[in-house]
Amino acid sequence: MGELEAFREEVRGWLLENAPRSLVGQSSSQLEGTWGGRKATYPNPDSRRWLDVAAERGFTAPTWPTAYGGGGLSPAEAKVLQQEMRKLELPLPLIGFGLTMIGPTLLQYGTEEQKLEHLPRICRGEIRWCQGYSEPSAGSDLASLKTRAVREGDTFVIDGEKVWTSYADLADWMFALVRTDPEAKKQAGITFLLLDMETPGVEVRPITLISGSSPFCETFFKDVRVPVANVVGTINGGWTVAKALLGHERSMIADAFGGGSGRGGGARLPELAREYLGEANGGVADPLLRDAIAQNEMDTRCFHLTVQRARDAAKAGHAPGPESSLFKVYATELNQRRYELMIAIAGPQGLGWEGPGFDAEELARTREWLRSRGNTIEGGTSEIQLNIIAKRVLRLPD
Amino acid sequence: MQLVLNEDQELLAKIAADFVREHSPVSRVRALRDAKDPVGFSRELWKQMAELGWLGIPYPESMGGAGLGFAELAVVLEALGRTLAPEPFLSTVLLGGQVLLRGGSDAQQAAWLPKLVKGEAILTLAYQEPRSRYDPRRVATRAEPDGTGLRLSGDKIQVLDGHVADALIVSARTAGDEADADGVGLFLVRAGAEGLEVERQLRIDSRNASLLRLRRVPAEAVAGGAELLERVVDLATAGLCAEMLGAMSEIFDVTLDYLRTREQFGVPIGSFQALKHRAAQLFIEIELARSAVMAATRALDEELDDASSLVSLAKARCSDAFVRVGNESIQMHGGIGMTDEYDMGFYLKRARVAELSFGDAAYHRDRWARRSGY
Repeated sequence: MGELEAFREEVRGWLLENAPRSLVGQSSSQLEGTWGGRKATYPNPDSRRWLDVAAERGFTAPTWPTAYGGGGLSPAEAKVLQQEMRKLELPLPLIGFGLTMIGPTLLQYGTEEQKLEHLPRICRGEIRWCQGYSEPSAGSDLASLKTRAVREGDTFVIDGEKVWTSYADLADWMFALVRTDPEAKKQAGITFLLLDMETPGVEVRPITLISGSSPFCETFFKDVRVPVANVVGTINGGWTVAKALLGHERSMIADAFGGGSGRGGGARLPELAREYLGEANGGVADPLLRDAIAQNEMDTRCFHLTVQRARDAAKAGHAPGPESSLFKVYATELNQRRYELMIAIAGPQGLGWEGPGFDAEELARTREWLRSRGNTIEGGTSEIQLNIIAKRVLRLPD
Repeated sequence: MQLVLNEDQELLAKIAADFVREHSPVSRVRALRDAKDPVGFSRELWKQMAELGWLGIPYPESMGGAGLGFAELAVVLEALGRTLAPEPFLSTVLLGGQVLLRGGSDAQQAAWLPKLVKGEAILTLAYQEPRSRYDPRRVATRAEPDGTGLRLSGDKIQVLDGHVADALIVSARTAGDEADADGVGLFLVRAGAEGLEVERQLRIDSRNASLLRLRRVPAEAVAGGAELLERVVDLATAGLCAEMLGAMSEIFDVTLDYLRTREQFGVPIGSFQALKHRAAQLFIEIELARSAVMAATRALDEELDDASSLVSLAKARCSDAFVRVGNESIQMHGGIGMTDEYDMGFYLKRARVAELSFGDAAYHRDRWARRSGY
């Protein structure tokens, strides 16, 4: 424990010395931060400085090996770093799919060359990544994907279409699933590969969602040539890699939606209710909404306790228990119910799209509510999650 | 607070599970019901549980107890809940005994608690009244001075194991009106006291509950008023939640077995997605309930500020989950689940009684909101 406390002192000193003053106190959650990449813009130049100085110290990817640009910290040390950053309410120096999805996957399945090429650039925020998984006819049934990759010597030639590629318009590289053997059984003919979005033949079109905007895009491939060396895992063995990556994605989504996260969703429900509905007997005036608020807050507490239970069990050396399989489905449904409730509390003030009569927070909240409807679809629908629980945890027959 | 069982607790869970498998099948509850057993539980088994040290878990070693906490007691109660064991843990170990442990004089403790730990005394708490619903502070029963002593007059309902209790702790007013927050005291009444009428009730779960009519019943005061009462009801509520967790886990396991083996249309019915998804939802409910129960019992042990809120969290969650799992288990079993011959009905009946004991889910959401300042 003594060593960890010494590390805490060291980290605290380092943060006070190196974190830009203008960013201290700017983030109440650990979800905000800079995405990086070639196309990155920095409204506050200190965000860029923070990224650079943190990357230099290995703190953008604290637990990755130092050889690849990480911090080489133990999980306990990484937690100390997180706690100290949270105390200062600092935004993360870097966020994105490089750190949360492709990075961990490369650490597990990448060749040494791939790790050395990509991981340091991820840590320094030089390359922003996007995910090419879903296709128009391959949603929940992802393994039915059709984008073709035909081998010509040392290259694959790719033709097809991906959809729901988050931030494809801002990303530099994509990790994608392509079909390399059309004759094989669905899962068996798929390959996981990495491609530069600047390769000729890649075209990106943004998608507008019911919330009015979105990070999502369609990505089209026409005779796109990718080196065979960019395959992660084995040719036709991409499904194994893809499933591992989906695991990383689901834990990230569960982290993100464990109770309101966006600009309009941060307010506590009881305070919001007091503001819009007034008080009676020291409590929220509307008894039905008060009950619904209590239900939501209690559900949220139960969820957080369950996450804690999984962590405590892991710390005690137990294998992951069945409880972790519920995180994605429950966290996302909880987030939806929370936004539904916020709109109900705001009443007519929850209906604003833009323009006069609504403040910025109300407008943000309305759009975040609309956006939240996608939470139970993206990253594996709730129905798919329930199928997984039924099969893997409850051992119900196919 | 660590939400994981330590090695000792794991061992205790295993011992309790083995004991329940060997000595306490659910058929025991059926037999007691069918025989209209005058006691309503097994005194012999109660004695064995005392010898295992379970009754003394939350009592100090000086009284013959183990000096452990509610996290440990919950492990035992969960195991007993799996087969609906009707022994008087709630009334004796968690309600009556805990009032004396926390508010009894040295003489009162010496008179009752070592006997309790040995399984030789049944205690209970009479706090609910015809008009109080779940609010322990709403008390119409009065305590009036009589010479050097006190006499109680009033009516109490839902008194667990009241008809076999050797001593009853009764809440009564020394001042104020029925709904006043202040003026509530706790009093010890001995079985068979003059003016005390105890009438056994028959409820759907066949577990012991009684009506009490007190007409100038002699009683001795126990230190502590409404606050102690509320704390002790919290302790019992957490214990009941552990029992509910065990019971819902059991019928969920039984139902999963049924889904895997029962065939219709030539396939196991568990292969139907309509049932898979409902089973997965029940799994989620039970896991969340488990987290809440573990947190509540540990918060009580560590005397955390939000212990009462966590007890309400656990009770609201367990109330909703147990009833839902009970209803769904019968539905998924189809006709067989409706027959008295099958055990499922015992669980649904217990689910409903447990739900409405110590406050239902809506009561605890209200309490949570009040304690959270809204």
